[in-house]
Amino acid sequence: MSGHDHDHHDHDHSELSETQLRVRALETVLTEKGYVDPAALDLLIETYEKKVGPRNGARVVAKAWADPTYRARLLKDATPAIAEIGYAGRQGEHIVALENTPQLHNMVVCTLCSCYPWPVLGLPPVWYKSAPYRSRAVLDPRGVLADFGVTLPKETEIRIWDSTAEIRYLVLPMRPSGTDGWSEEKLAELVTRDSMIGTGLPKSPKDIAK
Amino acid sequence: MNGGQDLGGTHGHGPVKPELNEPVFHGEWEKRAFALTLAMGMPGGWNIDMSRFARENRPPGEYLSMTYYQIWFAALETMLKERGLVAEDEIAAGHSLHPPKPVKRVLSPGDVEKTLHRGGPTERETNTAAAFKPGDKVRAKNLNPPTHTRLPRYVRGHIGTIERIIGCHVFPDSNAMGAGENPQWLYTVRFDGHELWGDEGDPTSKVSVDAWEPYLELA
Repeated sequence: MSGHDHDHHDHDHSELSETQLRVRALETVLTEKGYVDPAALDLLIETYEKKVGPRNGARVVAKAWADPTYRARLLKDATPAIAEIGYAGRQGEHIVALENTPQLHNMVVCTLCSCYPWPVLGLPPVWYKSAPYRSRAVLDPRGVLADFGVTLPKETEIRIWDSTAEIRYLVLPMRPSGTDGWSEEKLAELVTRDSMIGTGLPKSPKDIAK
Repeated sequence: MNGGQDLGGTHGHGPVKPELNEPVFHGEWEKRAFALTLAMGMPGGWNIDMSRFARENRPPGEYLSMTYYQIWFAALETMLKERGLVAEDEIAAGHSLHPPKPVKRVLSPGDVEKTLHRGGPTERETNTAAAFKPGDKVRAKNLNPPTHTRLPRYVRGHIGTIERIIGCHVFPDSNAMGAGENPQWLYTVRFDGHELWGDEGDPTSKVSVDAWEPYLELA
């Protein structure tokens, strides 16, 4: 998908204008027919812009880092463990947490569309839905990681999870060193969205001290 | 279908380009297209597998040149028109020109939170036994239906290992065609990078897909 490729700005611009007009027209038609309530649309948008996003997942990861019994529950059956903190539902009905270790790095993709654990990560970024990521993650995972500036030791096994069913995957990254005794709130600041997809690593204490 | 959506292992798409501080939506129309798609699910009467098929069922060149929300929106238009809920002359006019059809339920603002929280679980009760167990060697069948399927091309014909029995889940190949949920056992199947990609594969990589029982046979 050309996405937001600025090389083709003029081309995109005219096509997008037509799409914009059609979206507006369709919303009017559907509203006039009584099929949709625009106030419900506003609420759906607000939910995914303001309430549901990767900060949810960061809280889950930080709690797993801080609390070994929670970590065990999360790795055994993530859906109820995540629901304990209040996150559940659409595109997260069946969640599995994947533990990164020094020997194993997990990375999540959906080669067929854009499956992504919405309740904990929000809506997926454009790159996750794009052809470059979906095509290469399964064939050349280290090359994809290099696009994100991540290099893993040669001997680390890389496991790619292609989300081909309704199971949604959340990576539990390794807890950064130098964080002994940190509160869950402080630990959550180290958890990035990409570290929960497997295309990034958590921040280090130095990164957030800057 | 062997369409433009089935991207695993294809070449030539270039590097991944993450956008720094990316907003949730790029422009107002993406927000509305997203929300319309979610809100029309119930009154439209379609399921998630029908939506996925409506998105992928287009010429690959077209699929690859559209942005993701353009694809979503095009699929929404298709499904509305197929069911006679909206006609092209109405979209062109920007107004309703024909009487509405009766619909099951309209999403009200008061229902948004609980509808999202409930989601659409796909696990179903079954009285059948799973045919495979963890550790079994299985081959992904060489299936090429022109209709919706969730078995990516890059694993077809290859041998993997059953890692986990996930449960019995709605079968998308049936559900997308309106042929019922037809729940089937679902497994996580792990493949070695070398098995999938030969010498081009990363020897330290393993790839898994979640595959329904009808996709698999004992190897």
